[in-house]
Amino acid sequence: MVSGLINANPVVYERKERQTRSAPGDVDEYASFVSLMLLQHIRDVKDPEYPYSLEQLKVITEDAIEVDDKRSYVRVTFTPTVEHCSMATVIGLCLRVKLMRSLPQRYKVDIRVAPGSHASEAAVNKQLNDKERVAAALENPNLVDMVDECLAPSYG
Amino acid sequence: MGESVPWIKYIELYVSSTATPSEQAASVDEVATLLKKGIFSLETLVKEMEMYLTTTDSIVRSRGNLLLAELLDKLASKPLSSSSIHSLVGFFTERLADWKALRGALVGCLALLRRTADVGNVTDSDAKAVADSYLQNLQVQSFGQHDRKVSLAKLSTLGMLIKSLSGCNRGFDGGFLKPCRLKDTNEVLLHVKFPSSLTKGDNLVYGICEAVDGEKDPECLFLVFHIVECLGQIYPDPSGPLANYAEDMFEILGSYFPIHFTHPNGEDDDTKREELSRALMVSNLFHGTMWSQPKLKLLKQSALPEDVYKENLDTYLYSDVFQLSFASTPLFEPFSIPLLLEKLSSSLPSTKVESFKYLSYCTLKYGPERMASHAEVLWSSVKYAIYMSPQCTPTKDSELFGGMGFKDSDVMMQAFVLLQEVIQQYGDFISLVLGDNDINAFLNSLNQYNEMDDIPSLAKQRLHVVGHILSICAKPSPALCNKVFNSCFPLLMESLGLSVEKSINGYLDEDCSPPAKFNLAAIYLCTELLAACRYVAVSLDSSTPALEFSQQTWSTMLNNSCKPLVKTFFSLLRSTEADQRASSGVYFGVKGLEILATFPESFLLASNSLYDNILSEFVRTVTSGSHETFLWTLTLKALTEIGLFANKHPESAKSVIFEKIVVEKFVSLIPSGESTMPSSLKLKAAFEIGGTRKEFMFKVVHALSAAIYTNFSAAYDEGNHESGKLMIQLLDTYTEKVLPWFLKIGGFEEIPLNFALGIWEKIEHTMYLNLSALEIAMGAGYKDLLSAIMTAMKKAVGSCSKESQEIIINKAFGVLSSSTSFGFESGSSLVKEEDVKQNLNPSDSSCKHEWLTSLFASVIIALRPQTSIPNGKMIIQLFIKSLLNGHVPSAHALGSLVNKLPLEINGMNCSENLTLNKALDMISPTFTGISHHDKVSQNNGSGVDFSSLRLNTLRMQSGINTAIGLAWIGKGLLMRGHEKVKDITMALLSLLMLDREGVDSKELQIIDVEDMHQLRTTAADAFHIIMSDSGECLNRAYHATIRPLYKQRFFSTIMPIFLSLLIKSDASLVSPTYTSRSMLYRAFAHVVSDTPLIAVLAESKKIVPILLECLSVLSKDVANKDIIYNVLLVISGILLEKNGQEAAVENAPIIINLLIDLTTFQHMMAIRETAIQCLVAMTELPYTRIYPLRTKVLQATSKALDDPKRIVRQEAVRCRQSWASIASRTLRF
Repeated sequence: MVSGLINANPVVYERKERQTRSAPGDVDEYASFVSLMLLQHIRDVKDPEYPYSLEQLKVITEDAIEVDDKRSYVRVTFTPTVEHCSMATVIGLCLRVKLMRSLPQRYKVDIRVAPGSHASEAAVNKQLNDKERVAAALENPNLVDMVDECLAPSYG
Repeated sequence: MGESVPWIKYIELYVSSTATPSEQAASVDEVATLLKKGIFSLETLVKEMEMYLTTTDSIVRSRGNLLLAELLDKLASKPLSSSSIHSLVGFFTERLADWKALRGALVGCLALLRRTADVGNVTDSDAKAVADSYLQNLQVQSFGQHDRKVSLAKLSTLGMLIKSLSGCNRGFDGGFLKPCRLKDTNEVLLHVKFPSSLTKGDNLVYGICEAVDGEKDPECLFLVFHIVECLGQIYPDPSGPLANYAEDMFEILGSYFPIHFTHPNGEDDDTKREELSRALMVSNLFHGTMWSQPKLKLLKQSALPEDVYKENLDTYLYSDVFQLSFASTPLFEPFSIPLLLEKLSSSLPSTKVESFKYLSYCTLKYGPERMASHAEVLWSSVKYAIYMSPQCTPTKDSELFGGMGFKDSDVMMQAFVLLQEVIQQYGDFISLVLGDNDINAFLNSLNQYNEMDDIPSLAKQRLHVVGHILSICAKPSPALCNKVFNSCFPLLMESLGLSVEKSINGYLDEDCSPPAKFNLAAIYLCTELLAACRYVAVSLDSSTPALEFSQQTWSTMLNNSCKPLVKTFFSLLRSTEADQRASSGVYFGVKGLEILATFPESFLLASNSLYDNILSEFVRTVTSGSHETFLWTLTLKALTEIGLFANKHPESAKSVIFEKIVVEKFVSLIPSGESTMPSSLKLKAAFEIGGTRKEFMFKVVHALSAAIYTNFSAAYDEGNHESGKLMIQLLDTYTEKVLPWFLKIGGFEEIPLNFALGIWEKIEHTMYLNLSALEIAMGAGYKDLLSAIMTAMKKAVGSCSKESQEIIINKAFGVLSSSTSFGFESGSSLVKEEDVKQNLNPSDSSCKHEWLTSLFASVIIALRPQTSIPNGKMIIQLFIKSLLNGHVPSAHALGSLVNKLPLEINGMNCSENLTLNKALDMISPTFTGISHHDKVSQNNGSGVDFSSLRLNTLRMQSGINTAIGLAWIGKGLLMRGHEKVKDITMALLSLLMLDREGVDSKELQIIDVEDMHQLRTTAADAFHIIMSDSGECLNRAYHATIRPLYKQRFFSTIMPIFLSLLIKSDASLVSPTYTSRSMLYRAFAHVVSDTPLIAVLAESKKIVPILLECLSVLSKDVANKDIIYNVLLVISGILLEKNGQEAAVENAPIIINLLIDLTTFQHMMAIRETAIQCLVAMTELPYTRIYPLRTKVLQATSKALDDPKRIVRQEAVRCRQSWASIASRTLRF
């Protein structure tokens, strides 16, 4: 692990207003998976380094999530705060685990770094979408602990 | 020396450095008590202590001094001679120079200074000496460091010192903790004693400046502010000592602005904060003006969470104290106002808010002369805050206020307060506001907008602000109102196409039609101005009745342009878009008219004709409405407001006109069916208008009852189904609005009484009329009509007193007994088969019968327990008979009867009146089928054997009716806590467990399996009736006797029975028993889910296994979904409680399997959702217990991730998250 912070002073943005739970019954139709809904799942993922959520750091935004419900396909594009962010893979892994827990199995999830936002973009993308490497990473207890910490529900 | 004087040991103990603090405190108390008792005198004490007070050992000396000082503190109420006080003060004053024993000296001085005159206090010259000594000897701010050696805490020393100073300033006011005394002593002494005693004021002020400079400790700061405030009061003279130092003093003070008090996050934080708060409160009692308890309460009640409140309380307190010291003397004005104005440019909103607050307060304190020099700057900063960069957000319902509903930010609110304050203090300020170029330019630019929606958001906000400014400017006095009117009104009129001058000369052309499009912005400002002017007029009207309005310019101007204005407003109302949506034009039109109509009578010259016109227009608008449009509701509301205003003076002309035009019109509308207005609107309007005054409501009620009676006849005589429908509405209005209205104001019992009697009267005279024709004509509405009448009857009877109820019941009984269809003459208590058979066929007579019985039941249901019931036996027979025919209201009535009948009757005519036991004696044989009298010998006359119920007398259908009857009777008994509820329960259980073995073979053939099942279900559902709250009868509104905790009691009695029955039925799992077992579970589920959770939790160990079994049995049938849901809620409640969790641990695998099954329950979303929530709650159980189930849960919930409902999916995500993370080191998917 690196010592010291990679981005010493990140810009923190305001969180968007939460959708409150509407009364049951007014969502009777089959509500399809849409990007806004997906965002609700991953907006509260904590950054591995800072006590802020990914949404607050604008690592993910609503626009960066593409959902194709018919083809069961999801693509999340995230933007690391700095180009050489070594946490990019961890963030990607967190997103993947979170989506694995939140989406039905029929979905194929693609996670990538926003083009031009990271120094070793191709490598990171490859690593994040390689099933075996993800599985291997999740066998690493240290990594899993780190991921779990980021995913821990925080409502503050 | 100690041997001769016994108390010397206490002194030795105190002075000794080895004693513990508690021992020391105890010894002080001991000595103090002895002194108080007069065992020895203070002089003796001092002599004895001489060695300790003057020794060269600094530790012993300081302890000795402290002891003497603390003793003096304790003896605050003991009278001392002036010479001893003098010598003591002298001693301590001298000691102030002795920094090693300083603490004692300080405490001593303070104790002496606090003494009140009646027990001997310090003289002026001594006080002066003390003050001089302070200033000479003590370098307060450098003090802490020096003092460490003496091991005194900096805080306490400084606090003490400043307290003494403060006490000194206050003129020895006699104890901080006796605020009541303060009033007498504080003011007088402050002014008389202190200034005369201190000639060297300069020196003192300088000393204080020095002492308080750079203070950081909050508690001391508080005192600093206090001292400054006192100084301000002592030296108000502009050439006095304070004036010379005002700048320095303010420099010290100003650096604290704005106060924001943050607490350090230390360990002793809480206690410190508590202490501090308490100290602040106590000190605050000194300030009559400041922190009163109500204000604190207000703070507490405000929506702030507890910790935020605590956090802010101190800030508020400090801020207020600070504010007081800030504004304490006008001498600060040259320094404080610039500082505050400068702070306004801060980027922190809280600072701005504070600055505005302080400015308002300073304005109040410094007075108009001093503020005049700052007027321009003040205006420009206020203008900047509210006009140049307004920060108000449209409220959610802005649409409903013509698009002009705004919520101001805190800064703006405070700025408006300041503006108001300044204008009130210093009227000339208004010329600045009215002469402002920006605002005038804005007013002139309004012409470019025609539609409210065209106005850009910033301009809209400014419009709102300008409206508010004008209203603030005009409100304080008529003179100001004149000025505002002079400068703005012609402009506004002009932009509306109206001219002020023209109308002065004569008339306005009547034909000149107003322009098609209105300048809505101008209209908005107009309404704001009118509202302000109305405010002035009303306040003038109430204060000086003789005031001549016509001499005021504004009044003349307004009177002149009144007519065209009204015309403009009218055309806004009539415009085509008016009925479409929430248009701003309509809103301002109605609003403007409402304001004009609510001017005081003496104000407008053409008042009455104008008023007539406005009212007529409103009435026309309301009566021509065909549904509840924006315009309609608004107009009705305006009418109500006008009504309320007019009725403040019931004899006034306005009130009379209102009655003539509005009330009579609406009252006359109620019965007539001709108008275009739908009856629901008519009723609503009539009720709202009636609500403005009692007399009007009487009129409305009168018309309403008349309409009900007319329609009653129409419906029954002619079978007119339109009348029937109308009647339902009339009755609904009556029960839901009118009766509660009268109940709220209270004391009008004759209204419900007359209503109930009237209905019975009608029934009596409509006796032979064709109800069946009505039934055919109205179809399903027929039932609604009956239930509407029943509800109305119940409500009416329920709101009557005992006496009125007796009148009603006698009347009702009279009507009932005169009807031929009731065979009251037959005294038989047994229901004959033939009766049942005959009454099962619906016929005309049975229909009427049903009506009468239902209405009568309604009366019985709503009776008070004290009301005596005539002919109780016959009534009970009647109800039993109709109950067996399936008439449910009869069951309600029987339930209410057994709930309220008295146990014993003391009096002459006991035989006439019914008691509970007699009633039960009559009821029980019918339901058990065995005459009670046969069993008297066996039962010893007390018990009633319900359990022997068998189907020997009644057929299945009657059996079902019996079960329903038993349920309501049982409920009535249970609620009053009667022990016979047990018999009823057993009877129900035996019905529920009924199987073929119980029925003899001959009847077996007749009995249908379907019927049998239905009977059992009804018996099981009877438990739901018993346990749940009912809106129809047996509740507080209908005066039921309700014993506390009756549900819990029933739960604990019935649970063992259920348990044993279930164990018995478990033994043989063959099919017929199996159904009765499921019925048992059904009944069990009802009981458990209706019992308060806390009772279930206490038994959770026993309950949980059965509950799970119950759930698995019930979930086989989809029809049970509501019951399943209720049981699931109980389970979730159990899982969330610690007590319940222990029970759940044992059954964890079963619970989880069940819950997993329910996550795919197709038929009800709430069940799936709750099941998943329960799964989340399961993760709280011990790790070792649930870990083996983890994979299973994760697999099962992955299906729920694809649930059709979003809420379920979200819950599933939460569930998976918590289950996945219970063992984060091994994530497996």
